[in-house]
Amino acid sequence: MTMKRDQALRMLSQHYPDGIVVPVYQSAFDWMGIRPHPLNYLCTGAMGQGSSHALGLALACPEEPVVVLDGDGSLLMNLGSLVTIADQSPRNLKHFVCQNGIYEVNGEFPIPGKNSIDFAAMAVAAGYEEAYTFAEIDAFSRALPKILATPGPIMIALQVEAGETFPRDYPAIHSAQTRAAFKAALAARCIG
Amino acid sequence: MTRSLNGESILKGLVQARIEFVVALPDIVTCDELLWPIARRQPFRLVNVCKEDEGVSICAGMSYAEKRALLLIQHTGFLDSINAIRVMGMDYQLPIVMMIGLQGLEKQRAPIQSEQNGVRIIEPILKTMEIPYHVLSRNADAVVIPEAIDEAYTASHPLVFLIPGFGDDT
Repeated sequence: MTMKRDQALRMLSQHYPDGIVVPVYQSAFDWMGIRPHPLNYLCTGAMGQGSSHALGLALACPEEPVVVLDGDGSLLMNLGSLVTIADQSPRNLKHFVCQNGIYEVNGEFPIPGKNSIDFAAMAVAAGYEEAYTFAEIDAFSRALPKILATPGPIMIALQVEAGETFPRDYPAIHSAQTRAAFKAALAARCIG
Repeated sequence: MTRSLNGESILKGLVQARIEFVVALPDIVTCDELLWPIARRQPFRLVNVCKEDEGVSICAGMSYAEKRALLLIQHTGFLDSINAIRVMGMDYQLPIVMMIGLQGLEKQRAPIQSEQNGVRIIEPILKTMEIPYHVLSRNADAVVIPEAIDEAYTASHPLVFLIPGFGDDT
């Protein structure tokens, strides 16, 4: 059983309307449509690096909640970041992974281990405080408020399939204006 | 090339430059003189990473919050992280400040003269990527650290310090 990604992201946006979010790839495009906000950190640049950007933000702004919307193919490129994050243990970091089993924006080819991989187990083994896997929107909806209120780092693996999709606006995620808007919003929120 | 460099002169420069976080993966060139002392003393907070490109991205995230960070790695890690450095440094012009140990560089040789191809290609790559850099061979070279880091953060661009080795090998 899986849930639609846009459903899961809409649920997250209801419970987390204005905090820092580091979304990657298709999750980034969907998130931009579902929750446009200057505190969306869209400029992760290199595939796999979302969790590390989020760790940098979480350590630099320890009083601000930070959510990363990772992808399964992306996280596979940076599995060591699970250990690095657990070692630093930022209480303000929640690590969501949209697990659809494919490299969605790179031709929809399957990821290695798509039928067996368990990101929640990996996160726990790396030292995360808690980890969950959800394949059904109602269960995710019931658990989400408590997860967001619990100190991290917490891994939340979401077994999803594409629902409503949004335009792949690459110029927006790489734009200098997007980066400047994020920096200004972050300064207003957590600097000085 | 004469080497008369100690870690204390570099640490002093990093403190003056208001470096708060040191993001690092151990390198035999810099471990005793820099990494161990950094791990043991204020004001630095050490972030041990599993791979160097993680560190590039951690420093990038921190830079948006105006937190100054140093990425302390070996030249092999720099080579392994080229894509992340390209995006964060060249495309996004973020102040990714790196200190890179040149493991394998022969005594009394400049990096470009090394017989180790991994060392020999570092400066040409930095020039190609248009990343400003300084070679710190003597304590006197370390005086550039505070001003160079200030400038990197003020103008928002990447910066590299190359470390051939420590001690007096004349």
